[in-house]
Amino acid sequence: MDMGGLGKVYRDGEIVVRQGEMGDCMFVIQAGQLEVLREEGARELRLTVLGKGDIFGEMALFDGGVRSATVRALGEARALTLDKRTFLRRVHEDPSLAFRILQTMSHRIRQLNGELVRLKSEQTEMAAPRG
Amino acid sequence: MQRIATAFHGSRRTSDFDDTRLDGALALEDDSRVAVIGGGPAGSFFTYFLLDMAQRISMRLEVDIYEPRDFAVTGPAGCNMCGGIISESLVQHLAAEGIDLPSTVVERAIDSYVLHMDESDVRIGTPLQEKRIAAVHRGAGPRGMKEAKWRSFDGYLLDLAAGKGAHLVRGRVDDISLKDGRPVVQTQGGSPQGYDLLVAAVGVNSSAPKLFEKLGLGYKPPRTTKTYVSEFYFGQETVEKYLGSSMHVFLLHLPRLEFAALIPKGDYITLCLLGMDIDGPLVQSFLNAPEVKRCFPPGWSVPQDFCHCSPKINFQAATQPFADRVVFVGDCGVTRLYKDGIGAAYRTAKAAAVTAVFSGVSAEDFRRHYWPTCRAINTDNNIGKLIFIVTRQIQKNAHDRRGILRMVSREQQNPEGARRMSTVLWDVFTGSAPYREVFVRTLHPCFLGRFLWDIIVTTLVAIWPLHRDRAEARMRWKRAP
Ligand SMILES: Cc1cc2nc3c(=O)[nH]c(=O)nc-3n(C[C@H](O)[C@H](O)[C@H](O)COP(=O)(O)OP(=O)(O)OC[C@H]3O[C@@H](n4cnc5c(N)ncnc54)[C@H](O)[C@@H]3O)c2cc1C
Repeated sequence: MDMGGLGKVYRDGEIVVRQGEMGDCMFVIQAGQLEVLREEGARELRLTVLGKGDIFGEMALFDGGVRSATVRALGEARALTLDKRTFLRRVHEDPSLAFRILQTMSHRIRQLNGELVRLKSEQTEMAAPRG
Repeated sequence: MQRIATAFHGSRRTSDFDDTRLDGALALEDDSRVAVIGGGPAGSFFTYFLLDMAQRISMRLEVDIYEPRDFAVTGPAGCNMCGGIISESLVQHLAAEGIDLPSTVVERAIDSYVLHMDESDVRIGTPLQEKRIAAVHRGAGPRGMKEAKWRSFDGYLLDLAAGKGAHLVRGRVDDISLKDGRPVVQTQGGSPQGYDLLVAAVGVNSSAPKLFEKLGLGYKPPRTTKTYVSEFYFGQETVEKYLGSSMHVFLLHLPRLEFAALIPKGDYITLCLLGMDIDGPLVQSFLNAPEVKRCFPPGWSVPQDFCHCSPKINFQAATQPFADRVVFVGDCGVTRLYKDGIGAAYRTAKAAAVTAVFSGVSAEDFRRHYWPTCRAINTDNNIGKLIFIVTRQIQKNAHDRRGILRMVSREQQNPEGARRMSTVLWDVFTGSAPYREVFVRTLHPCFLGRFLWDIIVTTLVAIWPLHRDRAEARMRWKRAP
């Protein structure tokens, strides 16, 4: 038994956050993998797979909005919750605590940009007249 | 010495980050040298964050950490003596910083605490039923340990600091002086080394703070008192059976005792007693209390030989914990009263590191950017002192204790309802929230009303048989011929 494992254990397929629900915390993965899914009607689109050390759920902490995606355990996984209040109180005292979150967010924007470029070029290719 | 001369030359510059800086002020720049005296949590956190921030702005710094202890050694030689609880808030802050405590270091992840009182005991779980408190050994483990299964917490942090590029000097600093306003550090048998910034992270359990007093910087070490920690071997199964994944705290009416806890850690149970001058007789009275005996296997008695120590703890902060090119972090500067000392080491160390990188290293820089963090901790400690006075009164008063027990028990039975007393106790015992916040919550009319009601109910229940007995005795007396 892993007596020193911090956080909460999620069984395979267990949902950690659900798209559309209000969120007041973010998570840091301590062990295992989780998949990030976007639910569009009856369809489920896997956006990415996260692993040890990755952060998720941070957007709800800053924009106070609802969860933008569902996160589900892929096999057994363990994640630690970071409370909004504890985190923001500390950011107020030490704004540099947000560096890592900013780093994660800018990394995600880069990924999204790459994805956008790929989709646009695919679209352009499809629209271009074939000779 | 060539290296020192180069480092000293041209270490003044105008900061790019603080436009209020006056020309000629003291600041770090590429190749500046920094000495960190002490590789406990404060020293390691300072080094880690200093180098992390410096890397972010592409500044090259040379950092030497002086630490005589080898944290891979078991027993007192490799241990910085403490209860070893990493608070819920610190676990979260570190995770946000990208420092996840691995289960090779965390000997027990804690999800609850059990409050023991003479009347009964009650278990209080974390709000999310999640393991967010870490129990660790500061060294490789207690003296006489059979097998080292976990790593030292302090060793882990020191490795993180070294991983950022710091140079570890294994040795005790035995002299510090100032030459042309710059600190010079000397270890036994080593040559004097000059630095642009000296960071004192020596704690309060050595004579090192005195080295700084003699420099005439206005620094006065914190005032301390003696505490007690011991380690009892039981084996993992027994520890699991008797303590589980809970920290066990005691509200007993024992004079001079402010806080008592039994903490499960791997094969061991750590006993931690805080208060004023904890001595042998007080430890004995604690261990003999029936509430405490209940937590150990029946018939268990204190072994002849076991690892124990009486480290010092701060009850009043240091005076003037900074000067030009010198800053004091962790216990030797300012820390939290009785709780979350490692969390305070993280906060002060990081504030000092941020100041040194982004503002400068003059006394004025530290006063403006570092001191507010220390002052906030000091102010909070004053409220903490008030809370401990109230707790002491509660310890003395059986009705109050019963009131607490009733209020907490009812809250725990109704997980959907408000957990006012449970969260107050949780934060006081685990050190997870500032004392001020805890105090404000106790002033809430709902908290006070509920507590008062529970005291009245438990008092009536307690005295009712007494009244009945007295009334019956009166009747018998009246009926008597
Ligand atoms: C009984 C007790 C229980 C406690 N329990 C907890 C707890 O459960 N949780 C918690 O968060 N805090 C707890 N604390 C507080 C905690 O131990 C301290 O706040 C913490 O250790 C402070 O870290 P530091 O780095 O400032 O000092 P220290 O941990 O004392 O480290 C100082 C370092 O400096 C080194 N050093 C000293 N002199 C020299 C020298 N001349 N040259 C080079 N190096 C030197 C030492 O070897 C040591 O490694 C407890 C304290 C006590 C006394």
